[in-house]
Amino acid sequence: MILTESSISKKNLLVMSLAFISGFIIMSIELLGGRILAPYFGSSIFVWGSIITVFMISLSLGYLLGGKLSLRKPRLKQHGTFFISSAFLLLPLILFSNQLMESLFLIIEDPRYGSLSVSLLLFFLPTTVLGMIAPYSVRLLVINSHHSGHIAGTLYFVSTLGSALGTLVTSFYLVLWFEVNQILISMALILFAAGFLAIFSDKNFSENKLSVDSTS
Amino acid sequence: MKTLLKMTGFICLLYLVSWQAMAQIGIRQIHQERSLYRNIIVTEDSTRRCMRFTITRRTGQNQSCRFLQNPQHLVFPYAKMTLSSLLVQDNPQKILIIGLGGGTLPAVYSHLFPQADIVISEIDEAVLRVAEDYFNFEETDRIKVDIGDARVYIKRASLRGEKFDLVIVDAFNGEYIPEHLMTQEFLQEVQQLLTATGMVVANTFSSSRLYDAESQTYRNVFGEIINLRMPNTGNRIIIASAEALPSPNTLAQRAAQWALRLEYFNRDVKDFVPHMSTAVAWNTRVRHLTDQYSPANLLNN
Repeated sequence: MILTESSISKKNLLVMSLAFISGFIIMSIELLGGRILAPYFGSSIFVWGSIITVFMISLSLGYLLGGKLSLRKPRLKQHGTFFISSAFLLLPLILFSNQLMESLFLIIEDPRYGSLSVSLLLFFLPTTVLGMIAPYSVRLLVINSHHSGHIAGTLYFVSTLGSALGTLVTSFYLVLWFEVNQILISMALILFAAGFLAIFSDKNFSENKLSVDSTS
Repeated sequence: MKTLLKMTGFICLLYLVSWQAMAQIGIRQIHQERSLYRNIIVTEDSTRRCMRFTITRRTGQNQSCRFLQNPQHLVFPYAKMTLSSLLVQDNPQKILIIGLGGGTLPAVYSHLFPQADIVISEIDEAVLRVAEDYFNFEETDRIKVDIGDARVYIKRASLRGEKFDLVIVDAFNGEYIPEHLMTQEFLQEVQQLLTATGMVVANTFSSSRLYDAESQTYRNVFGEIINLRMPNTGNRIIIASAEALPSPNTLAQRAAQWALRLEYFNRDVKDFVPHMSTAVAWNTRVRHLTDQYSPANLLNN
C-alpha cells in the first residue's frame, strides 16, 4: 500500500516534470522563432504576429488531439512517443530552415504571408505534438473525477511556469551564450531524453496499475 | 586672487545650473504618438526641434534635432560624423539610408548631390509621417521612402540587381538595436549591393562589449575598416568600402576640398581626419555577430 502511494507520487513527479519541460521548450522555441525569421522577414510586428498565431493554432490543435488520444489506454509509453516525435519534428527547423526561407522569400513577396507560411512549415508540426502533452498528462494523473480539476490546475501551473522560465532563460541568457541552432539541438536532445525516460518508466508504473486502480 | 577665482567659479556654476533649469522648462512637447514600434515625441525649445523615441527626460535621447533658425546646420555629432563618408566616396549617385529619423541625412545628401537617387528604408510609417509634418521632410522624384524592414528591403533590392554607391546604416538608437541589422550575413548582403567603388557608413556605438563584437564583424566581412571616434560623444562611425580605403593623406586632401561645400552645414570635415583610424583597436578574440548569434542588445548593456 505504501509502495503504491509512493509510486503514484513518483509517477506524478515524473509527469509534472515532463509537463514542465514541454512548457519550457515550447516558449523557448517560440522566442527563437523571431530570431530565425528575422534575416528573411525582418522584425516587424507582423513577423511576431505570424509566429504567435502559428503557435496558438498548433497548441490548440495539439490539445484537441492529445485529449482525444487519452481516451483509449493512456500509457506513459505513448506519452514518451510525443516527446520523441517532437524532437524529430524539430530537425527540419534545425537543418533546413534557411533553405526553406530562401525559397519562400522568392515565391512570396509580402513579408506578412511569407513569415506566416514559413512559421506554419517550421513550427506547426513540432508545436502541435508538444501541445498534445498537457491534456494527455491530465489523463495520466487523474484517478477520479473528484480531483480532476485539481490535477488539471496543477498541471497548467507547472507547464505554464515552465513556459515562463523558458521565455526568461532563453531571452536573458541562452541567446547570449549559444547559437540559435545549439539551443535548438539541446532542446531536441532534452525532448528525446524525456521521451525515453517516460517510456522506460512506463513498465515500473504499470506494474502497480492494478493496485492503484483498486485504491481509487 | 583665490577668492576671485572661487567667486567666478561660483557664478559660472550658478549660471550653468539656471541655464539648465531654464532649458528644462523651455522644452515644449508639441506632438506625441504611439506607433506600432515606439513612442514618438516631438519637442521644441527656443533654439531647436527634436524627435525622440522615449518619454524620459534624459538628455542624449533625441533621435534627430534641427535648429529653428538655421535648419541646415547639423545638431548632432553623429550626423556630422556621417559626412566623413565624403572623404571616401565623394560622388555617390545611388544612396541607401537605413533609418529615417527626422530626415536629416537625406536632406544633407540630397543638398550635396541633387542628382543622386536616395532610398530610405524605414520600418515605422509613423516616423515618416512625423518627419513630414514636423521636420519638413518630403519624398520627391529623387528621394523615396520604403516602409518596411531594412533587411527585407536589401534582400529584395539584391534580387532586383540594384547597386548603391553609398549605404548609410543609421538604424540604431540607444534604446533598442535591431539585432538582425548587425550580423555578418547582413553585412554580406549589404556588400553585395555595393558598386565597385561603393561604401558603407554605419553610425553605431563606441562603448560596451558590443563595440568589440561589431568591429570584429565588420572586419570579417570588409577587411580593413575606418573607425571614427570623437571625444565627448558616445557615437562612432564605421566606414567600410568595396575598394581599398584611402590613405590618411588622401583623406586630408579631400577634407580640404570639401571645406567650402560643407560651410552651408556649418561643418568642416577636416577635424575628423586625425580621428579616422584603420587600427584594429578592439578585442579581436571576441565572438563576431551572426544570424545564429547576435545578442546585440544584451552586449550593449
